[in-house]
Amino acid sequence: MTAHAAPAGSLLTATDLRKTYGPTHALDGAGFAIHPGEVVAIMGPSGSGKSTLLHCLAGIVTPDSGTITYAGRDLTAMSDRERSALRRSEFGFVFQFGQLVPELTCVENVALPLRLNGAGRRQAERTALDWMRKLEVDGLKDKRPGEVSGGQGQRVAVARSLVTGPRVVFADEPTGALDSLNGERVMQLLTEAARATNAAVVLVTHETRVAAYSDREIVVRDGRSRDMEHAI
Amino acid sequence: MSTLRTWSQDLRMGARFAFGGGREGWTRTLLTGIGVGLGAALLLLTTALPGALAARDLRSDARSTWTAPTAEKAGPGTLLFAEVQTTFRNQDLYGGQLRPEGPDAPLPPGLKRFPGPGELAVSPALKDLLGSPEGRLLRDRLDGPITQTISDDGLIGPGELAFYLGSDTLRDDSSVKRITGFANDIRPEKLDPVLMLLLVMVFVALLMPVAVFVAAAVRFGGEARDRRLAALRLVGADSRMARRIAAGEALAGAVTGLVLGAGFFYGVRQFADRFTVLDRSVFPADLTPSPWLAVLVALAVPVAAVAVTLFALRGVVIEPLGVVRTAKPARRRIWWRLVMPVAGLGLLVPLMGRGREHGDFNQWQVIGGVVLLLVGITAILPWLVEAVVSRLSGGGVAWQLAVRRLQLSSGTAARLVNGIAVAVAGAIALQMLFAGVESDYTKATGQDPSRAAMSVWVRGGQDPDTGIVEQVRTVSQKLRRAEGVTGVTPLTTVNAVAPKDPDRMTDLTIASCPSLREIADLPSCKDGDTFLLRGGYDDATAKALAVPGDRLLVGGSPEGAPPVSWTVPKGVRAVPARPDPAGTTRNGILATPGAAPQGRGVSGYSSVYVQLDPAAPDAMEQARTAAFKADPLATVMTLKSTEQSNRFASIRTGLYVGAVLVLLLIGASMLVSQLEQLRERKKLLSALVAFGTRRSTLSLSVLWQTALPIGLGLGLATATGLALGAVLMRMTAVPVSVDWASVAWMSGTGAAVVLLVTALSLPPLLRLMRPDGLRTE
Amino acid sequence: MYSRAMSIGHTLLALLETGPRHGYDLKRAFDDKFGHDRPLAYGQVYSTMSRLLKNGLVEVEGIEPGDGPDRKRYAITDAGITDVAAWLAQPEKPEPYLQSTLYTKVVLALLTGRSAQDLLDTQRAEHLRLMRILTTRKRKGDLADQLVCDHALFHLEADLRWLELTAARLDQLAQEVRR
Repeated sequence: MTAHAAPAGSLLTATDLRKTYGPTHALDGAGFAIHPGEVVAIMGPSGSGKSTLLHCLAGIVTPDSGTITYAGRDLTAMSDRERSALRRSEFGFVFQFGQLVPELTCVENVALPLRLNGAGRRQAERTALDWMRKLEVDGLKDKRPGEVSGGQGQRVAVARSLVTGPRVVFADEPTGALDSLNGERVMQLLTEAARATNAAVVLVTHETRVAAYSDREIVVRDGRSRDMEHAI
Repeated sequence: MSTLRTWSQDLRMGARFAFGGGREGWTRTLLTGIGVGLGAALLLLTTALPGALAARDLRSDARSTWTAPTAEKAGPGTLLFAEVQTTFRNQDLYGGQLRPEGPDAPLPPGLKRFPGPGELAVSPALKDLLGSPEGRLLRDRLDGPITQTISDDGLIGPGELAFYLGSDTLRDDSSVKRITGFANDIRPEKLDPVLMLLLVMVFVALLMPVAVFVAAAVRFGGEARDRRLAALRLVGADSRMARRIAAGEALAGAVTGLVLGAGFFYGVRQFADRFTVLDRSVFPADLTPSPWLAVLVALAVPVAAVAVTLFALRGVVIEPLGVVRTAKPARRRIWWRLVMPVAGLGLLVPLMGRGREHGDFNQWQVIGGVVLLLVGITAILPWLVEAVVSRLSGGGVAWQLAVRRLQLSSGTAARLVNGIAVAVAGAIALQMLFAGVESDYTKATGQDPSRAAMSVWVRGGQDPDTGIVEQVRTVSQKLRRAEGVTGVTPLTTVNAVAPKDPDRMTDLTIASCPSLREIADLPSCKDGDTFLLRGGYDDATAKALAVPGDRLLVGGSPEGAPPVSWTVPKGVRAVPARPDPAGTTRNGILATPGAAPQGRGVSGYSSVYVQLDPAAPDAMEQARTAAFKADPLATVMTLKSTEQSNRFASIRTGLYVGAVLVLLLIGASMLVSQLEQLRERKKLLSALVAFGTRRSTLSLSVLWQTALPIGLGLGLATATGLALGAVLMRMTAVPVSVDWASVAWMSGTGAAVVLLVTALSLPPLLRLMRPDGLRTE
Repeated sequence: MYSRAMSIGHTLLALLETGPRHGYDLKRAFDDKFGHDRPLAYGQVYSTMSRLLKNGLVEVEGIEPGDGPDRKRYAITDAGITDVAAWLAQPEKPEPYLQSTLYTKVVLALLTGRSAQDLLDTQRAEHLRLMRILTTRKRKGDLADQLVCDHALFHLEADLRWLELTAARLDQLAQEVRR
C-alpha cells in the first residue's frame, strides 16, 4: 500500500519515508510522486504527518530513512547548503501565515527570493512587480504586510513563491486563514500560474474544495500515504 | 482617601498582571527584573565602594610604621622592623623583617606570634603562589619555612601578596625602625581640584549609562503590555486606570529587579575575594553599602521605573481596540532635544580657563553641566537614528532587512544604544582630559632602560665588621652569578668631609673604570686614577676639597661608624659628568679601587646597575632573587622612562574597569531584547529558511541591526565626547588636543560589544531557524 | 445499478458474514442497526434471500422443524464474501443524501472486520473526482455556472466532512456496533 515505484517522468519522488519526532512517528513509510505541471493534494486528518511529508519533500527536514529524488538527484544525500540553494532556485513556498517579512514592503517581499539568489534590487523588483500584476496585487507594492488584508497578503505570498520560476511550489494550507471567496481566488491564481509555467504544485490541505483544484490527491494517515489514483 | 484606594487597587492589579500573565508574562517580568537588577546591583556596588576603600585604608594604617611610636633603646616592648620591598613579575609584594627585642614587642596585625629567625609568615594568596609552579622562582627568593598564615585583619585585600620574615640579625640603622606599636595617622593630601573633577566625571560617566539602562529595562515587552491595556479598556477600564495599571506593572518589575539586584550584589559579594582587578582585591565583608545610599537606591529605582513608564505612555492613547500612538506620526523634532546639551555646555563654559591654580570648581555646576550634556545624547539619539535610517536604502538583502526593521522601530533601537553612547561619550571626554593632564602628572624619570634594566640600592653599615665596598662586592658577585644577568655595574658612594670643617662635604664614588664611565666621560682610565666631576650639583665644594695631598675623612655615618682618613692622591683630573642609568648626575670625587681608601668601617651606599639578557625570560626575577638573597634590605628598582602619579593611575584604572562593566551590562540588555525579538519571529524565520535564505544572510542582518544604531550612537558619542573633552580641558587650562587612541579604544570596545551581542544571539537564531518552527501543532 | 434492492441484498449478505442466521434474525439485525424508522418487511427478506440463494451467494445450512415462519438457517458462501468485499470497496456515486448508504457501508465494514478508513478514503477520492470536474467547469464558466457548481461543491464537501467526522469517530462507533 505504501510502496510506490517511481513512475517514469516523475519530477519529485519519495519512497518509504520515515521520520520520528521523539516518540511520535510523523512519517512511517510514506511515499510520493509528482510530474512536472501536476497539482497534487496531500490530505489527511491533522497530526497525520502531511506537513512533515511536505517538509521532507521540500528538503527542509531530512527523513530518518527513505529516499527522495528530485530531477534525478538524491535529496537526502545533499548537504544543508545544497538543499538551501535548491529551495532558493527551484522551489517556491506558500504557508498559512507568518511568512511575509513585516518590515519590508510587499514588492520587496516578493523580490526577496530573487535577491537571495543574487539578483540586483532594481531588476528583482521589476520582475516581482510583473508577478504581482499577474496575481492582481500590483496596487499594493509599497504597502507593508500589516496594511493589507489576509487574502491580499496570501496572493503576495503566492507571487513570491512563483517569482523565481520554480519547478515545484510547496503550499502548506495556503487558504487556511482565508474565507471561502479569498481562498478560492488564491487557489485559482496559484494553480493557473503554476500550470502556465509548467510548475508542479504540492498542496497540503484538509479542505476538499481546495483539494478539488488538484489533479490527484494523496491521503496521509498515521504517517503512511495512500495514492488514491492507484487505489481505485 | 478614595483616590488612594483606587490607586492602590490599580497598582495592585498591574502587579498581578506582571506576575500572572502566564509563562510569557513571567518571562517578561523576569527579563525586566534581571535588567533592573543588574543596574541596581551596580548601584549598590557603587554605594559600597567608598566603605570598602575606607576599610582597606584602615587596615593599611593599622600595620603601618609611618607614624609609629619609636624608642631610642632596645627594651621589653620594642620591635626592630624593616620594610622589605620586592616585586614578582608585575606584582608588588608587601613585606617586613621582624626582630622582637623583648617579650612585649608589638605584634603586627594578622600574626599570632612572631616568626622565628628565617621563618616566614605569608598571606594566603602568597602561600598559594609560592606553592604553585608559577611561583617557583619566588620560592627561591622567599625560601624560609612557612610557619604561619597572616589573617585577614593584617591584609589590605584578600589577593594581597604579603609576608613577614623573622630575623635575629636586624640592627637598628637608617633603614630599620625600632618601634613600640603600629600606626599611621597621616591623612592623604586633599585631592587637587583637577583630580576632584576627574573623579566626579568618572562617577557621572559610569552611573549615567546605568540609569539609562534601567530606564530601558522597564520597557521590555512594551508591545505586549499595550495589547493587554487595550484589552482592559475593552472590558471597561478608563484611560487613567489603564495608566495606573501600567505603572503598577512597571513597579512590580522594578521591585522584582531590586530583589534580584540585592541578590546579585550579595552573590557577587560572596565571591569578591576571588577576583583581583589590577592588583586590587576586596574582602566580601568590606563591601557593605552605606545604609543611606542603599535606601536611596531602593527608593529611586521604583520611582524611576514608574516615571519612565508614564513618560513613555505620554503620546499614547489606549483605545479599547488597540493602542494608538499619537506621538508616532509626528516626526521627531530636534529643537527641544538640543536644549539639554546646550544648557549643559552653558553651565560648563563659564568654568573654562580656571586651571588648578584658581581654586575649586563648583562641583554641582560641573556635575549639572556634564549630566545635561550626556542626557542630551539620549534625547538626540532617537532623532538621529530616525533621521539617518529613513534615508538609508540600497545594499544587499541582509542590509535591507536590517534597515527596514530599524525604520519601523528606530526608537527601540535608539533606546538600547543610548546607554552605550552615554558611557562612550563620557569615557572619551575623560580620556581626553587624562591625556591632556597626563604630562602634569606623569614625570619623565630620566631613567634609561637601555643602559641598565634595574638598579639595586644597597645601604652600608649593616654589619660593623664589613665595609660598604666589601659588602657591595659580595652583592655584585651574587648578582653576576644570577641567570640572565649580562652585566653588573657597582658604584659605591661614601661621604668625604674636611677634617676641620665637617660642614664642608662632598661625595666620593669608588668604582672600577668601566663603572665610572657610566657616570663620567673619561678620556682614559686605569686602576689608581682619581677624577673630579664637573657638572655636579656642588662643583665648588668638591673642587675645594679635592686638593691633592690634602687629608679627608671618608665613610663616617650618623650611626657611629668611624670615618677613615684618606689623602687625595696626585694627578686628580677634572672630567665632565654624565647622567647615570637612573638619570641622576653625580657629584664630587671619583676614585678607582687602587686609589680608594682602604680599611673597614667605610659606610655609605652603593647603587648597582644590572644589565639583563633580553632573551632570558626570567632574568629579571632571577636578578631580584639574587639581590634579595644578598641583601634583603636592598631596594630593587626597575628602570622605566616614565612614571605616573599613583593616584592618577588608579582613577584611570577605575574608569577603564567601569566603562567595560557598563558596556557589558548594556550588551547584556541588547542581547535580552534581541532574543525577545527573535522569539517573536520564530515562524517568520522558519519560513525564510524554508525558501532557502542563507543562515549567513540572516546572521548578517542581525549584525547590521545591532551595528547600525551602535555605529550612529558611537558617532554621536564621539562628537559629544570630544566637545565635552575640549570644554573640560579648557576648564583645566590644558591645551586642547584630541586623544585619538582613546577614541579608537572606546569605539573599539563598543564595536566589540556589537560583535559579542551578535555572536551570542547567533546560537538561538540558528536554533530558531530550524524547520521545527513551521510545525503548527 | 445501485438500487435499494441491491443495497439491501448486500447489507443482508454482509450481516451473514458475521455468522449464519435465520431469516427472522436477519430482519431483526437489519432493523436494529439500519432500519430506524423503516423496518424491513419480512417478505422482502424472504425474496432477497431467495435471489441470493439462486446466485449462489448464500446457502442453506439447515432447517429446524417446528411451526412458525421459515426456520431456514442461511450461511454466506465464498462467492458471497467476495461480493460483499467488492461492494464495500466500490465507492458510491457522489450524490446528495447519500448518508444512509455510506453509513450502512461503514457499519458493515466494521462488523466484518474490514478497514472503514479505506472505505472513506475511496469515497473521498470518488467525491473529489466529481468535485474536480465541477471546479474545472466553474473556472471556465460564467457566473451562473459558478453559482450552480458552488452549490454542488458545498454539498459534496458537506458529505465528505461528515465522512471525515465519521472516520474520526470510528473508535467510538466500533465499540457501539460491536456491543
